[in-house]
Amino acid sequence: MDLPITITLMDIRAIVPELTLICVGLIIMLLDLVVKKKDLVALAGIAGTVLALFGTYKLYGVTDTQFVFSNMFVLDGYANFFKVIFYINLILTICISIKYMEIEKSSFGEYYALLLFATSGMMIMASAADLIVLYLGLELMALSTYILTGLMRKQPRSNEAAIKYFFLGAFSSAFLLYGISLTYGMTGTTNIKEIAFAISTLGIADNPIMYLGLIFMIVAFSFKVALAPFHMWAPDVYEGAPTSITAFMSVGPKAAGFAVMGRILMGAFGDMQAQWVTVLIPLAVLTMATGSIIALSQTNIKRMLAYSSIAHAGYILLGIIAGTPEGLTASVNYLMIYTFMNIGAFAIVIMLRSKGFQGENLDDYKGLAKSHPVAAALMLIFMFSLAGIPPTAGFIGKFYVFMELIGSGYTPLAIIAIIFSAISAFFYLRIVVYMYMKDAEQEIVLTQSPTMNIALAVTSVMVLVLGIFPSFLLYFVRYSIMGY
Amino acid sequence: MPGTYIPTDYFPVLVILLIASAIGLGALVAGILVRPRRPYAQKLTPYESGNPPIGEPRSQFSVKFYIIAMLFVVFDVEAVFMYPWAVAYDKLGIFGFVEMMLFMFILLIGYIYVWKKGAFNWE
Amino acid sequence: MLKYILIPLLPLLSFIINILFGRNYIKNRAHWIAVPAILGSFVLAVSACIEVLNGKVIDINVYSWIVSGSFNVSVGILIDQLTAVMLMVVTSIGSLIFIYSVGYMHGDKGYYRFFAYLSLFIFSMLTLVMANNFLIMYLGWEAVGLCSYFLIGFWFHKKSAGDAGKKAFIVNRFGDFGFGLGVILIFLTFGSLNYMEVFGAAGGIVGQTITLLGYKVDLITLICLLLFCGAMGKSAQFPFHVWLPDAMEGPTPVSALIHAATMVTAGVFMVARCNTLFSYSQTAMNTVAIVGGFTAIFAATIALVQNDIKRVIAYSTVSQLGYMFLALGVGAYSAGVFHLYTHAFFKALLFLGSGSVIHALHHAKQDDEQNMQVMGGLKKHMPITYWVFILATLSITGIPFLSGFFSKDEILWQTFQAGDLGKFLWFLGALAALLTAFYSWRLIYLTFHGEYRGDTECESRIHESPLVITIPLMLLAVGAVAAGWVGIPPVFLEHGDKIGYFLAPVLGHPEGHGTHAQEYFVIASSIFVAIAGWVIAYIMYIKNPGLPEKLFSAFRPVHKVLFNKYYIDEFYDKTIVQPVLKASDKIILAFDVNVIEGVVNGVPSLIGVFSKGLRKIQTGLLSNYAAVMAIGVLCVVGYMFFMR
Repeated sequence: MDLPITITLMDIRAIVPELTLICVGLIIMLLDLVVKKKDLVALAGIAGTVLALFGTYKLYGVTDTQFVFSNMFVLDGYANFFKVIFYINLILTICISIKYMEIEKSSFGEYYALLLFATSGMMIMASAADLIVLYLGLELMALSTYILTGLMRKQPRSNEAAIKYFFLGAFSSAFLLYGISLTYGMTGTTNIKEIAFAISTLGIADNPIMYLGLIFMIVAFSFKVALAPFHMWAPDVYEGAPTSITAFMSVGPKAAGFAVMGRILMGAFGDMQAQWVTVLIPLAVLTMATGSIIALSQTNIKRMLAYSSIAHAGYILLGIIAGTPEGLTASVNYLMIYTFMNIGAFAIVIMLRSKGFQGENLDDYKGLAKSHPVAAALMLIFMFSLAGIPPTAGFIGKFYVFMELIGSGYTPLAIIAIIFSAISAFFYLRIVVYMYMKDAEQEIVLTQSPTMNIALAVTSVMVLVLGIFPSFLLYFVRYSIMGY
Repeated sequence: MPGTYIPTDYFPVLVILLIASAIGLGALVAGILVRPRRPYAQKLTPYESGNPPIGEPRSQFSVKFYIIAMLFVVFDVEAVFMYPWAVAYDKLGIFGFVEMMLFMFILLIGYIYVWKKGAFNWE
Repeated sequence: MLKYILIPLLPLLSFIINILFGRNYIKNRAHWIAVPAILGSFVLAVSACIEVLNGKVIDINVYSWIVSGSFNVSVGILIDQLTAVMLMVVTSIGSLIFIYSVGYMHGDKGYYRFFAYLSLFIFSMLTLVMANNFLIMYLGWEAVGLCSYFLIGFWFHKKSAGDAGKKAFIVNRFGDFGFGLGVILIFLTFGSLNYMEVFGAAGGIVGQTITLLGYKVDLITLICLLLFCGAMGKSAQFPFHVWLPDAMEGPTPVSALIHAATMVTAGVFMVARCNTLFSYSQTAMNTVAIVGGFTAIFAATIALVQNDIKRVIAYSTVSQLGYMFLALGVGAYSAGVFHLYTHAFFKALLFLGSGSVIHALHHAKQDDEQNMQVMGGLKKHMPITYWVFILATLSITGIPFLSGFFSKDEILWQTFQAGDLGKFLWFLGALAALLTAFYSWRLIYLTFHGEYRGDTECESRIHESPLVITIPLMLLAVGAVAAGWVGIPPVFLEHGDKIGYFLAPVLGHPEGHGTHAQEYFVIASSIFVAIAGWVIAYIMYIKNPGLPEKLFSAFRPVHKVLFNKYYIDEFYDKTIVQPVLKASDKIILAFDVNVIEGVVNGVPSLIGVFSKGLRKIQTGLLSNYAAVMAIGVLCVVGYMFFMR
């Protein structure tokens, strides 16, 4: 009897980056048992990520598109680019975590191992060419982030967040599985390419069961990227989780969610574009509205940034709605820019946290410019970028998404997005006003560490450089996604 | 061909679903309609002829029980997985052997981890 | 190409290093970074100018900022003859003022901050002049305004300095708003912001009109007037002149560099740069000429009676900027730019000289003193300062064969030639020249001649400023004397007007209709008013020192009006500031921070109410969240089937 599955060396080679991260994660768990200083564990994590990054670099453009593991796993520029986003997210998160987790008295080695596992889950999602593999990656990512959210065991807030995230996450996974099974029922396959083939050959693009399958999958992804009305978990979870994990979650799972959304909607359900655009447009509008408007009345900066990240998910979705490879390019470009500016903003939030001081209220930012001019200036850059004010990268990100949206003929939607973008500028600029034009109510001590400074330097420089020289990133994204 | 047999083939499932709910609901409704209803204080206590309960009915177990239970499940699954592998060993050949060794290696790391973390220490 | 990019980038680098490491590491060594940076820029600028002199015009797109379909915004450099002149002015005077600041700002707490802002300013100014499209120019334009705001309010512990900074910022907002609209209108009209493309297409839109609030408005006139609006704000032309005298609260090197030599001339530069557009609109040209001519005489009258040494020079700057606009308005663009160039030298010299005086008195009295009425007799204590002051004054008043004479005479002659309106404007200009001579010499006599009017013990401590201050003064004095020799009128020297021919490819060369006799008449009258003003000042302040008092009491109302600057500030205060304050008092409690905060908190308050309502959905209960998700799914499914 022949084996139904054969695994070749090519297959193994294609998943070297994922394997590297998982192995390093396991090593970290063992290392943690013998090493007392958690900084070393963190550095091992960074080293592993760099190794994986090197692997991805080697695999970049080996062939145009390579299907491995019996067409279940795909290696293309699209997946590789997302993996780069995940690496950057991971490294920056580790950099801003080290000192912070000590202050929170939650400096466990498992923390870094779980970050690595979550990231490898995202990478599997980005490379998934089959819905089952996709689900596998999604659960690996989700289970790791549930634990990370509840890592501050002594804090009720953190526990509550983890429980909420877990239950609602399980709820959304159920939707995903239901969507997958309906699609499988209709097409007889879980492979993305074959689904697309089945839809066009069977002519079932207008079948109600296909609708349900599509909607349930969209719902599950919407949950992961926090699109309204499936965003309810986000503010509570973002507020309760350790701030470094909030930074990680507001970028990584979101990017992974968009990665699969782009691949499945454009790949598997390409023939049903009219249908999914119908669903996504109200979701996008509702998301931008919810994020921009509710953020105005927040007094906790983590909650405010949570709503901000909801609003940004809305903008990123617009590129997918545009429905062209260029639109997808704009979205991915935005995601990369968003990674830098969002983690940068969270890094400042983390700096304000010191022993015996939470530093999460907006009032804590009053007078920061006088006592800590550099930190205030960096925060100013990040806030400007999040608000989309030139010459920061945030402007470029929004600009290209809106341009592609208009190019695809959705001008009214673009105008709505610009209006919400203008509304959101208010709450970003409020922080700037607090920092520069108010007097401090108490003395703020900033928690600094070398890795934190590196992370801040990298994020702020990238936000400015990508704002002033946007074309090279765009070229890179274009090359990755469209091959030119 | 997939996609062509949707509505009719699932009709029996729907019928079963309906019958099942009808029986369940029917029993409850019938009970409400048929039974006499004469409540008094004594009758409403949890144990009509016993002592009233003292303290919370739910009691906390030590978290160690859960850990042991979880570890059991992990190694139990490992054993379940190994049985079919052992049966089909000569057909799977060297490939199957390597796969199982990898699987056990990962579990071994988990085992070391759990051991060093002191999950087996009851005190 | 790198060479040209480095010209603005060196000061930027100096800014970044100083602002990042200044506070903790560099401290009082900030000039070790800032001075070499500007000197490097200067050297590179000189080499670029030599290339331009050899007939090369550098117009390169460094890179494309945003490319999306037909929409293309690039960052590019244009170094043509006009830019070359500006580059020389900015980097040469900038270098001298940087060196001067090393001495002047010595020991100041914010030493590193000062050099950081100054470097940022130079970067912004160079961006402004080297841009090859309107967007980059606009960025530079806003950035110089921001630096000016920082530097005016540099001594922020002084309330007046902070207020002056804000005033400059707010007044400039009005002008910049117009400029911004102008740039947008240019983009909408031409579909491009690149100078060459816009100027190339400008001829095609002559006579086009757009309907604005029911009126038909000539498109190109509207664009020009909007642009000129920005120029009026930045170059402190009436009625936006009010911020410049107050800006003297900043350190004196700032006054010299930003508020005399470079930034305030950005408006002149911009109009000269857009001369192609302006030439198509006679209405816009006349507006420029009239505003310029009026400001020239208006500011000169105020300067007659001011007592603060820096304020006199500030009003003099406003007046001289008026001259430049007068020249632009009559189509003599190269004359305006020529005056910009000579003015930079003698005006920077006047400011730095007054800075030297203030510096010396500061050391003697341990207090800032800028009131000329309590100075006097400084000539014997500060000979170098005195003599450079004399040279600058001779130059600004238009004594023959010094820089100011050639440029001012060129303006007056070109104005004289420009029709009937030109004759009238020439008369205003000549009158302003008389006033200029008077107040300039008044300044000299009050400050340097006579007896010291403070206490004698203090006088003994006054001594000349150190070399690091006097050497830049002497170098600038050379410029104040000789800078104008590149523009000798042809009546004196065949092919003397070198700068006019140099600038001709960009700015054109107006062909005059005047005769030689008329030209001699104009020159003679200029010399006459210059000497007349000098003589009157001499009589009033040296021969007969009691005369000014008598005159003041005889013409008390006039004096009062002039002394109070025509009550313009009070007028603005009553008509604009106070009503706004009162209105804002009712809505929010105070002005200042609260206005901005009012925008940030007030405008979205309506949305805020809505926001708080929505927030109630976020109950924090897990079951509610799940319910919302489930309802959401049902809605999406329902919507999808409904929309099908």
